Amino acid sequence: MTTFYDEVQELKARYPDWRSATLPALRLAQEKHGYLSPDALRECANALGTTPAFCESVATFYDMFHLQPVGRHMVEVCTNLPCALAGAQHVVDAFAEELGVRPGETTDDGEITFRTVECLGGCGRATVVAVDERYHEFVTPEKVSGIVGGVRGGG
Amino acid sequence: MAAGELILAHVEERDLTRLDEYRAVGGYRSLARAREMSAPDVVKAITDATLRGRGGAGFPMGRKASLIDQKNPRKYVVVNADESEPGAFKDREIMGRNPHLLIEGCLMTAYAIEAQSVFIYIRGEYLTEYEVLARAVEDARAAGLFGDVDVVVHRGAGAYICGEESALLESLEGKRGQPRPRPPFPPVTGLYAAPTQINNVQTIATVPKILELGVEEFTKIGVPSSPGTAVFSLSGNVVRPGNYELPLGTPLRSLIYDVGGGVPEGRAIKGIIPGGSSVPILTPDQLDTPLDYDSIQAAGSFFGSAAVIVVDDRCCMVQLALRAAKFYMHESCGKCTPCREGTRWLVQLLTRIEDGSAVESDLALLESVCSRMLGRSLCALGDFAVYPVSSYLRKFRGEFQQHVDEGRCPYGDQSSIVGIEAPIDAHTHHPTVEIPG
Repeated sequence: MTTFYDEVQELKARYPDWRSATLPALRLAQEKHGYLSPDALRECANALGTTPAFCESVATFYDMFHLQPVGRHMVEVCTNLPCALAGAQHVVDAFAEELGVRPGETTDDGEITFRTVECLGGCGRATVVAVDERYHEFVTPEKVSGIVGGVRGGG
Repeated sequence: MAAGELILAHVEERDLTRLDEYRAVGGYRSLARAREMSAPDVVKAITDATLRGRGGAGFPMGRKASLIDQKNPRKYVVVNADESEPGAFKDREIMGRNPHLLIEGCLMTAYAIEAQSVFIYIRGEYLTEYEVLARAVEDARAAGLFGDVDVVVHRGAGAYICGEESALLESLEGKRGQPRPRPPFPPVTGLYAAPTQINNVQTIATVPKILELGVEEFTKIGVPSSPGTAVFSLSGNVVRPGNYELPLGTPLRSLIYDVGGGVPEGRAIKGIIPGGSSVPILTPDQLDTPLDYDSIQAAGSFFGSAAVIVVDDRCCMVQLALRAAKFYMHESCGKCTPCREGTRWLVQLLTRIEDGSAVESDLALLESVCSRMLGRSLCALGDFAVYPVSSYLRKFRGEFQQHVDEGRCPYGDQSSIVGIEAPIDAHTHHPTVEIPG
């Protein structure tokens, strides 16, 4: 079985400079640990051959890296201009109602973190919702309970 | 296939993500043709075709290539696939439905500048498109199309600023995506300090079409100052939103009404944002503006990323400005003070105007903040934060004034985007300083 350390060495070999493997290595660490915990940052730094501080300084810049624990699933609703004009706030409200949490929060069972995000690049198919990085498009409030059911049922 | 399509030709009737299907429509023939030419002749073809960057600035690709030091043994091609401009979703469609066209363009560009290494920096959120593109890269590699060139698809991790070329290069080097001072520009000092040709997805994907049609035929499409086509991302209050590839110079009215079906329920257009949320808004009296770089600039806006957002008459412009301002505040990298602090001032002032607590002098203060931000940061994000706010204020001054005079939003809860939320910045790059008073 390939270890995390070995996978990061493979990533480093793809680039002329090891440092370019930082983002992919952080992504791997996040997938392994659930979020970029101090342990995850240390393991990442060790595999890259750098310091945890460097890894943390990079990770804190990017929205897709989580420095705090998140739910097992992510539900992200775009509320930027094109989605806003298509009624994204009604979709946000429907998710808040269905999940019982506000944007930025995680359900009590730790299953789903719900948040609003900036433009996902699906403006022609607004409103766009990303569930664990897979896009649902043309989302209306009526479709929200089905999406939540899919997340909970899909494991 | 719609008449005149180049980039999105055949995507409806064929699965062009498959190498055999792409080859069946003539794919990779332009690459073979290029490799029979000398490298400088390929650059010359791109230059003669007046291929202007489709990512935002419209800088001629051939001129970038001509700045590259050909004698440097280490050179790179970088594709900017970090499409994150609100309103833009064309690159996602190109990569998801016609990935080999982009790869062919990459290999031709690498040949033209004699580079052996190509990096495609795709925004992290585009997971599905990443998978499609990565598979296409492996298929093309296995088919022996790469020669001595290597192509790496690199995923971003969520940062609008990485669509700015120097920030993208920083990010690709594994750092925080903060812009670099320029000069030197990337063709001189780019990735790992080596000469780098960096272009948007659609620009690179157009390169094979130039050799396929020949420069003469290619330049017959569009207008003389901007030949070729662009994939326009149409969104907002329009009956048929979507990506439409049209010749440059197509009138705005034709895109919105003939192609997009007009505004739902026959409502009136209030404004049109022609190039993504960062560009100044146009008004309905400007609907006859041709969609090309120079014409849109003459109309007071920018071609940007060809992302056309239609806003109908139910929308409060202060709310729209506030939502745009929150985006740029969220995405400011924090490096330059005018942008980092200015975006916060814009959000606070617009919040006061919208909730009715603004005083008369706040409109002048808003204008003052805008003028103090423009042109004062290392990259254009500081300007992008200003353009929506200053242009909505200029063109809809009465509506802003009404908020102040009446001490409330004149739309009440009837605006189409009332209550719209924005992401909370969990990373808190920098603390918010409250405006006094």
